[in-house]
Amino acid sequence: MNRPTMVSTGTDLLADAVAGQGLDVTRVEWRPPADGTAGDLVTVALDPLRRAANARALEAMLGVTATLVDVAPASEVLGLGPGEFLHAGPPITWDRASGPLRGALMGGAVLEGLVADPDDAVALFESGTSVSLEPCHHRGTVGPMAGVVTPGMWMFVLEDPATGRRTHCSLNEGLGKVLRYGAYGPGVLDRLRWMGDVLGPLLRTAVRSVRDAGDPIDVTAILTQMLQMGDEAHNRNRAGTLMLLRDLAPAMVGAGDRPSADVADALRFVGGNDHFFLNLAMPACKLALDAARDIEGSTAVVAMARNGTDFGIQVSGTGDEWFTGPAQTAEGLFLGDYGPADANPDIGDSAITETAGIGGFAMAGAPAIVRLVGGTVPDALATTRRMREITLGANPRWTVPVLEFAGVPTGIDVTKVCRTGILPQINTGMAGRVAGVGQVGAGLVTPPAEIFPAALAALAARARSRSGAGAGPPRS
Amino acid sequence: MTTHVEVRPGAYADSITLMLVSRTAARLDGVTAAQVTMATPLNVDVLAGMGFEVPAGADANDLVVALRLDRADALPAALAGVDRALEEANRPAPGGETAVPPRTTAGALDRAPGSPVLVSVPGPHATVEAMDALDAGSDVMIFSDHVPVEQEVALKRVAAERSLLVMGPDCGTAVVGGVGLGFANAVAPGPVGIVAASGTGCQQMLALLDHAGVGVSAALGVGGRDLSSPVGGLATREALRRLDADPAVELITLVSKPPADDVAAAIEGFAADLTTPVGFALLGPGRPDLTAAAETVLRRLGRPVPDWPVHGSARPTTRGTRLRGLFVGGTLAGEAAQIAGAGDFVDFGDDAWTAGRAHPMIDPTVRLEHLAAALADPDTAVVLLDVVLGHGAEADPAARLAPAIAGAGVPVVVTVVGTPADPQDRDAQVAALVAAGAEVHLSHAGATRRALALLPSTTGAAS
Repeated sequence: MNRPTMVSTGTDLLADAVAGQGLDVTRVEWRPPADGTAGDLVTVALDPLRRAANARALEAMLGVTATLVDVAPASEVLGLGPGEFLHAGPPITWDRASGPLRGALMGGAVLEGLVADPDDAVALFESGTSVSLEPCHHRGTVGPMAGVVTPGMWMFVLEDPATGRRTHCSLNEGLGKVLRYGAYGPGVLDRLRWMGDVLGPLLRTAVRSVRDAGDPIDVTAILTQMLQMGDEAHNRNRAGTLMLLRDLAPAMVGAGDRPSADVADALRFVGGNDHFFLNLAMPACKLALDAARDIEGSTAVVAMARNGTDFGIQVSGTGDEWFTGPAQTAEGLFLGDYGPADANPDIGDSAITETAGIGGFAMAGAPAIVRLVGGTVPDALATTRRMREITLGANPRWTVPVLEFAGVPTGIDVTKVCRTGILPQINTGMAGRVAGVGQVGAGLVTPPAEIFPAALAALAARARSRSGAGAGPPRS
Repeated sequence: MTTHVEVRPGAYADSITLMLVSRTAARLDGVTAAQVTMATPLNVDVLAGMGFEVPAGADANDLVVALRLDRADALPAALAGVDRALEEANRPAPGGETAVPPRTTAGALDRAPGSPVLVSVPGPHATVEAMDALDAGSDVMIFSDHVPVEQEVALKRVAAERSLLVMGPDCGTAVVGGVGLGFANAVAPGPVGIVAASGTGCQQMLALLDHAGVGVSAALGVGGRDLSSPVGGLATREALRRLDADPAVELITLVSKPPADDVAAAIEGFAADLTTPVGFALLGPGRPDLTAAAETVLRRLGRPVPDWPVHGSARPTTRGTRLRGLFVGGTLAGEAAQIAGAGDFVDFGDDAWTAGRAHPMIDPTVRLEHLAAALADPDTAVVLLDVVLGHGAEADPAARLAPAIAGAGVPVVVTVVGTPADPQDRDAQVAALVAAGAEVHLSHAGATRRALALLPSTTGAAS
């Protein structure tokens, strides 16, 4: 028979007294919450909607499967018109945009034929009369790093078969000097043109072919498998990419409407780009998280995103409001001669993977990534376990074999972040600070701590106004 | 300046390892730039950008070691350093700490589902932790004080909806499933179930019943405010329901200050509908004391009422006029005041004395200071003290109390609330106090009456 158990939160002396009577005591390593949050934490804890709302949010995000149903230009699937640019992260204007975002926008303007020389794009964006910027997240889209999407870029289209909801993401360009890292040289633009002219149409034919044959690419299932093959689906997408290639290659070859040299180029490009699958993992995560949006009373984070200047989160129970703070600079390793001074603050919508429980949260399944900050395998195991302290639950589908197949921690709970001071750990690439440089390294980063108390305050304000106590004295 | 580029065909390490090795290499003595990497096209570009020329033919299966040094003679040591770094990067890391302690009550319940929870964090944070317990379907005892009453009401309403029990806030004592929580005496299981809104009141009851050979199945604390109008006995009802459902319980006794008028009738009505009889031990002016309440329990069970033990013998006072009562138990202080009618009775467990320090059952320092002052005061005629034993309490209270009363010029009467099974060794505690000159009672009402009897008759203390 098991010994009786007890949980003790607080004084060790009382826990000792119970343990002395033969009970197994689980001790909470309690510490005071973030400054100024105690009152709001009580308000939210006592919000009568919270528990059911969070259960619904978790169930919603875990219930979604994502299938790849199409590949098409953004102008078609997002209705993006001339001069409309999407970008990663919360809303931002050109004057506050960082180097890599500016570089990507400048390259995008050339790609769209708005200017011939990237340098001329600066005046275009400064005047702002014929161009507009909007977050990817506001258009059912996620974009890695700068996340710039222009009307002519080809997009993956993912669908939740149960509801028909869709999300989108551009095609991954590879590593190094690429537009999403802010590079816009001729080689970068040539590659993007080839992706639009050759790769996109080839993928569309293949994706539609397997879809129409009744066997569409099940992105969620590939994620399930790749997480058991050393990928965490943010900084490591090697197995996922190869599985995608396995599923799509026959249809790409079989389409027969393209010269075989084009097909070979496309296969070589996808197979040689370990990050190709990232641009499917991200919209799959967004598709799951969008299902948990707008649940009154829920404290679950439904998006974490950075625009290179601000880090923002959105929370289920507070609608479309962004809670933002300064984006931090990742700690990690650098390419070539680059060093910390060359790195731009954190950028990209790719933290959607951590929001959904993979990436940094699945570090235990991808121990190689932990070396980015000089860590160890035990660090990787501890990271995944630590993230479970700030989530509503775990994903039974996405599991970590080395942790006895524990599900990845899922559903970041704003209240738990404020209570524990544990910040979500994000695996990320680092873009050069200067427009045009491209990637300078990769590493680990966390959100600015203050955005979680800000989100908590908004949740508490809504709870108070719902309970009719909105006219009460202000809380600290 | 020397540049060294070396291709090692067939050697392999993953890119992250090599970034790490490159960083180490760049810090080696004499090295100004270093890159150890597989010769993929991207990396060859990177190397070219750094000014290294990679020999033609090197490909993704070849390892490149590229070093720039400020002097040629540093090369052999630098290469040895690179080899060492490569070797170390491939060696398994020493086993680190991978276990992560739970940081919230929810996290702990995720590991130990179904466990009852004991919360003793500072009051402003207790509700959040207690709510975790209720959300996970666990009962919770809130030892913490300073929890606002509206939070108590909210927690207890949620608990009532889910048939869970919230003991507290400010609940010092409970016995659940034979286990003492907070400050609780070790007692045998038996026919009595206690619902207590008073910690030391409950402990006195446990100790007296134990001495009479009657065990207690459970003692469920509800917190001192549970029977007030705002809370309305929410936890008392659940506690009564639990004890009623326990087939081992023959008699339930409710130990509390008198409930608010509107609550009293409702609780009495609720109790009358239970299968198990409920006795009310309500404390206060004009009401029976705790010892009388324990005797009532014994009579209802048909058990004999023993003589409550007294050890040692104090002699009447020879000086002073005042009875000084210094207590760690609030209910005991109240009972002394009620019986004596006049005198100085201080509860060192009151919030005013515990702000920023542990309860006097754990840290006796403050009461000992005041005891020394009382003994030195020529107006002090008799000193009345309590010593509360049991789980959670100081390991050896007599160790500091006995020397403090030894040689006192006035009689010292002590109630030792405890059982032989308590971890402190009750009999040894009693013996130490008697040896120091104290007269030691088990019944606090008895001790109080004895203290009064020891006062000079001229002071005319009420009885």
